[in-house]
Amino acid sequence: MAKNTKKTAAPAAAQAAAAAPAAQAVKPAGLFGYAPAPESPAAAGDIATSYGHFIGGEFVDSSGSEALKTVNPATEQVLAEFAQGTDEDVDRAVAAARRAFTDWSALPGSERAKYLFRIARIVQERSRELAVLESMDNGKPIRETRDFDIPTVAAWFFYYAGWADKLDYAGFGPNPKPLGVAGQVIPWNFPLMMLAWKIAPALATGNTVVLKPAETTPLTALRFAEICRQAGLPKGVVNIVTGDGRTGAALTAHPDVNKVAFTGSTPVGRAIARQLAGSRKKLSLELGGKAANIVFDDAPIDQAVEGIVNGIFFNQGHVCCAGSRLLVQESIQDELLDALKHRMATLRVGDPLDKNTDIGAINSAAQLARITELTDAGEAEGADRWSPECELPGTGFWFKPTIFTGVSQAHRIAQEEIFGPVLSVLTFRTPAEAVEKANNTPFGLSAGVWTEKGSRILWTANRLKAGVVWANTFNKFDPTSPFGGYKESGYGREGGRHGLEAYLDV
Amino acid sequence: MSETTIARLDVLKTYKLYVGGKFPRSESGRVYEVTDSKGEWLANAPLGTRKDARDAVLAARAAVKGWAGTTAYNRGQVLYRVAEMLQGRREQFAAEVALSEGIGPKKAAALVDTAIDRWVWYAGWTDKVAQIAGGANPVAGPYFNLSTPEPTGVVGIVAPQAGYGHSLLGLVSVVAPAIATGNTVVVAAAADAPLPALSLGEVLATSDVPGGVVNLISGRTADIAPTLASHQDVNAVDLTGAIADEGPGAAAALEALAADTLKRVIRPELDPFAQDWTNAPGTDRLLSFLETKTVWHPMGI
Repeated sequence: MAKNTKKTAAPAAAQAAAAAPAAQAVKPAGLFGYAPAPESPAAAGDIATSYGHFIGGEFVDSSGSEALKTVNPATEQVLAEFAQGTDEDVDRAVAAARRAFTDWSALPGSERAKYLFRIARIVQERSRELAVLESMDNGKPIRETRDFDIPTVAAWFFYYAGWADKLDYAGFGPNPKPLGVAGQVIPWNFPLMMLAWKIAPALATGNTVVLKPAETTPLTALRFAEICRQAGLPKGVVNIVTGDGRTGAALTAHPDVNKVAFTGSTPVGRAIARQLAGSRKKLSLELGGKAANIVFDDAPIDQAVEGIVNGIFFNQGHVCCAGSRLLVQESIQDELLDALKHRMATLRVGDPLDKNTDIGAINSAAQLARITELTDAGEAEGADRWSPECELPGTGFWFKPTIFTGVSQAHRIAQEEIFGPVLSVLTFRTPAEAVEKANNTPFGLSAGVWTEKGSRILWTANRLKAGVVWANTFNKFDPTSPFGGYKESGYGREGGRHGLEAYLDV
Repeated sequence: MSETTIARLDVLKTYKLYVGGKFPRSESGRVYEVTDSKGEWLANAPLGTRKDARDAVLAARAAVKGWAGTTAYNRGQVLYRVAEMLQGRREQFAAEVALSEGIGPKKAAALVDTAIDRWVWYAGWTDKVAQIAGGANPVAGPYFNLSTPEPTGVVGIVAPQAGYGHSLLGLVSVVAPAIATGNTVVVAAAADAPLPALSLGEVLATSDVPGGVVNLISGRTADIAPTLASHQDVNAVDLTGAIADEGPGAAAALEALAADTLKRVIRPELDPFAQDWTNAPGTDRLLSFLETKTVWHPMGI
């Protein structure tokens, strides 16, 4: 503490700096500074040196010898080795799921529900362990895994548990049937939450699943397999096969898979849709986004700034529905940007296991390279780059929270998904222009609107081509609420009653 | 006809495409022979081309904003008006369907009646679909959150090419649900039996359906369907008729084309000949070309 105080300016001086028009980078420290509050890595439980797959209720070795490594992106330390799933592994997992399907789908919904309720409860009981493990494997701050990811996982299982015995009333006709074996491929940005989004509705509707987690974040999925065992889930109902895109492609192409669910990039989604053409597999896709966050001149500035920060810097910007394009009405541009820069200067980047950390590590070297490439393109194409001053750790993958002003619609940073803590700022003069610019991408996943005028919210929301519109808020999720995109952001919805349709023969 | 009287010569109808509310000739300037089930010449139909399909997509796109923007009540009125106009030309359609599908006049008339009733059924859905497909979500937090269905946009439809009643009832069964929810459509009509479809254009033109909401093209499905499936400005494709035309492979190829722009797809039945269009339609097609938009807002004072 004494060390901290030495460095500090007086609070008054800090406030003066805050009020300065061209927001300076303000380093919060001293009286209002933070002492390190690290979570213990030991809370993650035992991490094995190497993992196989989870097939038919057992942890099994891969038929192949290739192993991949998952690293902690904040330290670059190898956490564990895991198997690169082969075609044969996928075969075995699908066969196990097929065998389990007969009994699982015949089970009364009320009994299936109990298994899901059990899973939800165990997730809650083991939430600290899961949060720490997720944080270490993914690089996201413990504050988010603890307060958002894991509670959402539990909520998702609770919500769909209750649907299992009420499917006749879901609006898809009487006695709706499950599809069979679901092949599910999920991304690395919310490893356990995406698993819950996929597995909970699939199981509730009577399907069995083979899930492939992302190759940079397999650990919590494998830990989830243990939870399935603790819950007494019948063998083969949930199978987890690890590996990279090759394993995913083998799974989605497998002839005995009846349903494919994919969350990830638009190019991969497009490839899967092409691969499945002519098959009778049902497909749902949650793909990329380039959300516009529209701030009108009558918006509550302080709330809007919080929403913008949450919209783009939540989860290091590794969010498909991130508010990556700020559309601000020209008349309030200066005021809003000053406030935004000041707020950004208070963001704490660093150790994901520190409870004070706002922005953790970029998930992988490859993702960092992509963010770097796109931001370089932003500068090369003439946009102005700004980041608050902050020290980045020496090891690991890091990227400063960054905004680009003077962005035109033609710039790559206004069109392509960056998937990192990078915000592109565009301006508009009229509501019609805001809507026009907001809709000017092939994506249509989400959008934000900030204004105090109710009729303007409704007018704007009505015209936005996006599956989720957050008005005077951003990045809110709930298991009861459908989520999914328009246009090339994919098809189908996850969450809510709508989320059942993807797993039912309707 | 005796040799002493001069028979009155029928005035034959020149069938035309229906695009953007107008009746253009095909861009190709060509026609093809339409015959009855015994191979007797019935009429010449315009040989619609890829360019005709693209023009139709333009017209359909231009019509989206107005049509999707009308009130559900108004759309219901417009669909009901189509039923009224179709009823008035019942005999003409019965004759065309009988010749197109090689069935008796009574059966054909019954099919036309069912087609009329289907417009009425979908007319009643326009202002109800949001209530069954949307609603409030009880989120765990101080937020008001509402899901609403919205039209997907432009839908490319390969009309049924086979099955009992496909030429008119099948066509109506795929077009009416798509436009009831505010989409606009470009339809590749049944290639071998396009006359009821082209005459339906005349009914739509004299109803209150805005130009461009429904566009009907006759010709080779193999030309028109891939154009629709690959077009950047088409948001969804209904491939119901794709399988019968060129075999199952055609539908798969079209689905692969549609994947490039991630279009929503209705796949064809495995056996289109087994499809009986007189069956009750259900809500599947009504819900297929809807997006769900969820709007959140904080609650509090």
